Amino acid sequence: MCLAIPALVKSIEGKEAWVEIGGIRRKVSLWLTPEAKVGDYVLLHTGYAISVLSEEDAQETLELLAELAKASQ
Amino acid sequence: MKFVDEYRNSALVAGLTRRIHRISTKNARFMEFCGGHTVAILKYGIRQLVPQNITMLSGPGCPVCVTDNADLDKAIALAKLPGVILTTFGDMLKVPGSYGSLQTARADGADVRIVYSTMDALQIARDNPTKSVIFLGVGFETTAPTIAASVLQAEEERIKNYYILSLAKLCPPVIKALLDSGEVMLDGLICPGHVSAVIGAKPWEFIARDYGIPCVVSGFEPLDILQCIGMLVSQVEAGRSEVGIAYQRGVRPEGNKAAITLMAEIFEPCPARWRGIGVIPGSGLKLRPEFQCYDAEAHFEINPGPSLEAHGCICGDILRGVKTPGECQLFAKVCNPEKPVGPCMVSSEGACAAYYLYGEGV
Amino acid sequence: MNERVLLAHGSGGKLSHELVAKHFVKELFNPILAKLDDSAVFELSGKLAFTTDSFVINPIFFPGGDIGRLAVCGTVNDLAMVGAIPRYFSLAFILEEGFPIGDLTRIVSSVKATAKEAGIQIVTGDTKVVQKGGCDKIYVNTAGVGSIPDGVAISGANAKPGDKVILSGSIGDHGIAVLSQREGLSFSTELKSDCAPLGGLVSAMLEASSEIHSLRDPTRGGLATTLNELAMQSEVGIKIEESKIPVRAEVRGACEMLGLDPLYIANEGKLVAIVPPDAAEKVLVAMKTNKYGGDAVIIGEVTAEHPGRVVMKTNFGTSRIIDMLTGEALPRIC
Repeated sequence: MCLAIPALVKSIEGKEAWVEIGGIRRKVSLWLTPEAKVGDYVLLHTGYAISVLSEEDAQETLELLAELAKASQ
Repeated sequence: MKFVDEYRNSALVAGLTRRIHRISTKNARFMEFCGGHTVAILKYGIRQLVPQNITMLSGPGCPVCVTDNADLDKAIALAKLPGVILTTFGDMLKVPGSYGSLQTARADGADVRIVYSTMDALQIARDNPTKSVIFLGVGFETTAPTIAASVLQAEEERIKNYYILSLAKLCPPVIKALLDSGEVMLDGLICPGHVSAVIGAKPWEFIARDYGIPCVVSGFEPLDILQCIGMLVSQVEAGRSEVGIAYQRGVRPEGNKAAITLMAEIFEPCPARWRGIGVIPGSGLKLRPEFQCYDAEAHFEINPGPSLEAHGCICGDILRGVKTPGECQLFAKVCNPEKPVGPCMVSSEGACAAYYLYGEGV
Repeated sequence: MNERVLLAHGSGGKLSHELVAKHFVKELFNPILAKLDDSAVFELSGKLAFTTDSFVINPIFFPGGDIGRLAVCGTVNDLAMVGAIPRYFSLAFILEEGFPIGDLTRIVSSVKATAKEAGIQIVTGDTKVVQKGGCDKIYVNTAGVGSIPDGVAISGANAKPGDKVILSGSIGDHGIAVLSQREGLSFSTELKSDCAPLGGLVSAMLEASSEIHSLRDPTRGGLATTLNELAMQSEVGIKIEESKIPVRAEVRGACEMLGLDPLYIANEGKLVAIVPPDAAEKVLVAMKTNKYGGDAVIIGEVTAEHPGRVVMKTNFGTSRIIDMLTGEALPRIC
């Protein structure tokens, strides 16, 4: 449940931000993620950013998964 | 799309699948609590990938499906009041209540509008100062903070014609109730990814600790789900029960503090009625007394009439994972997405709708 | 221009005549229309195709088109899908009292431009005006007649196992472009509707091969619904590959955000062709050189297995059944 999609923060105006999702743009609320910065990716749920995505963790996960996948060959 | 495509990499999917087959020896029953996971699992054909000894069950994690008839009847009654604009997420439009749905109410002249966000509902309130705009607040902990934020924003901007019908619910209490009922035997729980992005992983610890069931928070892409299943299998094979996170990029163990604080500022827990399960104490959210002026139930007088259940509908059993859609007499024959009898068929991620639409593959 | 449509414009009197003469006949001029007889009279021989469609789209102006263009394309395409060359059309308006004449002129201009592109003539029409609130701004109906060249016999019932399934381009553009304008779902995008008349594309395809079995345009209900219709009509199964289906980034983004599936979103300038395997390459080449077929691709094939069902192979090699759209595709949060 709770559809949320990664969106790129392009600009911030107060508590709102313009984000981009694969070519479409939408004004969203940063009330729940005041720490978000331009250039961050956020998880967007019903027009609100609910989490700032960690590039570092994302990379770590992909490396881990690649290792696990390789080990099974 | 970044943060999406990488987690749909077919080579990695194949690799993780091989690994699961290699390490999984014991029979295991895993429940995906969240309806979004039910949909993703069917959409990507995950059941076709996991070994035969793993059974995947669907749980009551669809906030639409668990909305009680009586609550929906309230929403419909509110929509029918003159001068009211009822705003709702699209998911709720076609769910049948005791006497019809929001869609039929709209056809009868009620002003019902679909919105993507509470931000849009607030905008409708700004644009229609002479009307009362009520937002149908259905959702779990992912959505509750957005409803809370909209109330605070209404307060900040002195928007006087915005109200919430709060039907928001909490996940940990219902999982506890499910486990306590003894109806469902589980070897692992796939924890909801976006609820956890808000509340963190700590709220699931009681499941591992008190019930001995491994829990892993999963994202919604194929790699996330396979990583999660892999982690659950590892725990099952080793006889461990801990909470893990297979969605590190979006979920922190402590969750989103700002969202949690906002939720607590506006809402307080209350008993809530879950369709097919009954009343679960402390599982719902209601507006705190200082925000009563935004509470639709406090402000408007309605008389929805007695709540009626559709004959033969076993959505409750399906929600609790006790029966599968195929075991319902009405499934596909009488109840289908065109003419749904119960919410499991209407909600796009209700087990029945998902099974009906995606089939089990060929 | 602040002029608005009045009830009198629909009552058949002087104002009606003025409206018709000034805004319709003058713009859409052709000798048959100009006669303004009770019926259009023309000659057309051979096998004919005839179709009608009504258009109630809201918003009436959307990125990439408007209700006028849509009204012509919709009927042109229905004729093209049976291999007919679209020729003569009727055009009927139901206008809400108070509808801005400026908007009406814009729509008629659009009809004119699209009719010219499609090579059709509007030879007869009708205009009614209803009281404020009696309809939503403007409804349009077009009916069209076309002639089917000798030897052309295209039908949804002709698909045979082994046939290739060709899609003329990206899916979901129209539906998402229109959705972006809806209140309550606002998002902005450069995406335009793909609304287009496909008569020329079909002619080019028929020139490349006379053996095209079926053609259909995936409008309401999207590609998924259309493929199901074909599968059921021909009593065959259809297998498609997810990786082959073109979806623009904007459509993917909007669908991911709103919880929609591009397979079920309307298209107004695309077609699906079912073609015997030895003709597929020729037809594909012809499509790719046409303005509206540049991204044409073979997305699957017809099979004798699972008749009446459409099955899609996902990017991971798993497969799932693709059913028809049931009800409306609504944005969701779950």
